[in-house]
Amino acid sequence: MINAVRRFLAFWYDFVIGDDWRVAVAVVLAMTLTWLVHRSGTSAWWVVPVFFALVLPVSLWRAVSRP
Amino acid sequence: MPGAVTRLAGVTGGAGALFAAVFLACAVEAVEATTIVLAAGTTRSWRSALAGVGAGLVVLAVIVAALGPGVSAIPLHWLRLIVGGLLLVFGVQWLRKAILRASGHKALHDEAAIYLKQVAAAETAARQQRGVVDDWYAFTLSFKGVVLEGLEVVFITLTFGSNQKDIPLAAVAAVSAVLVVTAAGFAVRAPLARVPENTMKFVVGVMLTSFGMFWGAEGAGATWPGNDVALLVVVPGVAAYALLCVAVLRTRRNADDRTGVAPVEVPT
Repeated sequence: MINAVRRFLAFWYDFVIGDDWRVAVAVVLAMTLTWLVHRSGTSAWWVVPVFFALVLPVSLWRAVSRP
Repeated sequence: MPGAVTRLAGVTGGAGALFAAVFLACAVEAVEATTIVLAAGTTRSWRSALAGVGAGLVVLAVIVAALGPGVSAIPLHWLRLIVGGLLLVFGVQWLRKAILRASGHKALHDEAAIYLKQVAAAETAARQQRGVVDDWYAFTLSFKGVVLEGLEVVFITLTFGSNQKDIPLAAVAAVSAVLVVTAAGFAVRAPLARVPENTMKFVVGVMLTSFGMFWGAEGAGATWPGNDVALLVVVPGVAAYALLCVAVLRTRRNADDRTGVAPVEVPT
């Protein structure tokens, strides 16, 4: 039973989060920061693209770097 | 308020943007599922493999019936935030894999090789009858292939469709993709190795990332300059940035090849 639950959770983790959990964390941070910047009365559309521009090369670099 | 895809469609002159995005994404998943079902059917039992497909489709139909009305009931603001975030996570992961493949750091997705691997495994597995299923291995192989690949089809269809407030159009695109790929697969009775799957995955990664960025930021309260027109900058911008990443990683790979340093191969 525990194994089945573990497999179920592992499946959904793999389905949603994928190979690099840092991407998911970065997306949550980007959304939160966008909301905070918007609440402060400043234009906030640029936050997510900036996060994307930073996260993608970092994730790629980690993938191709030697351990 | 119409969804972003509708507004993009308005800018570009048709509902083609939504249809193309969903069709491409679903076609990629359908190619992978078809390869698995073909391997199970040709080497084991077509009856059991098709029973697995049927059971998988029933499970997917139940998921759609359960999630569809629920997704439609979520307020647009929250829908965009949640769906945009999920699409962005999905999109960056697709794009990441596509860039690694295009730059030579990850083996290309090869349907012919995957088919041969599945066939080899299917030929050695023991035959077991359970209930009305005469070959349990063929049944479960097909069932898992359809459900796992189908879940992504369901997710993409529901998220794009609900954001546009036009799930039927998204569903038509998804069903069309699955029918076209299935018909092609069964016509040639071989894995669809000639489908430019890696290029399609790159394009889908760009689309998922772009719409994820757009909807996610809007859901978090941001307003894009030019509203819907911004998508005409975001989509090519994401594509150009991804191509730049490919170029940089390919240069690094070539430099490693020249200096004799063994390049890092990312596992598939």
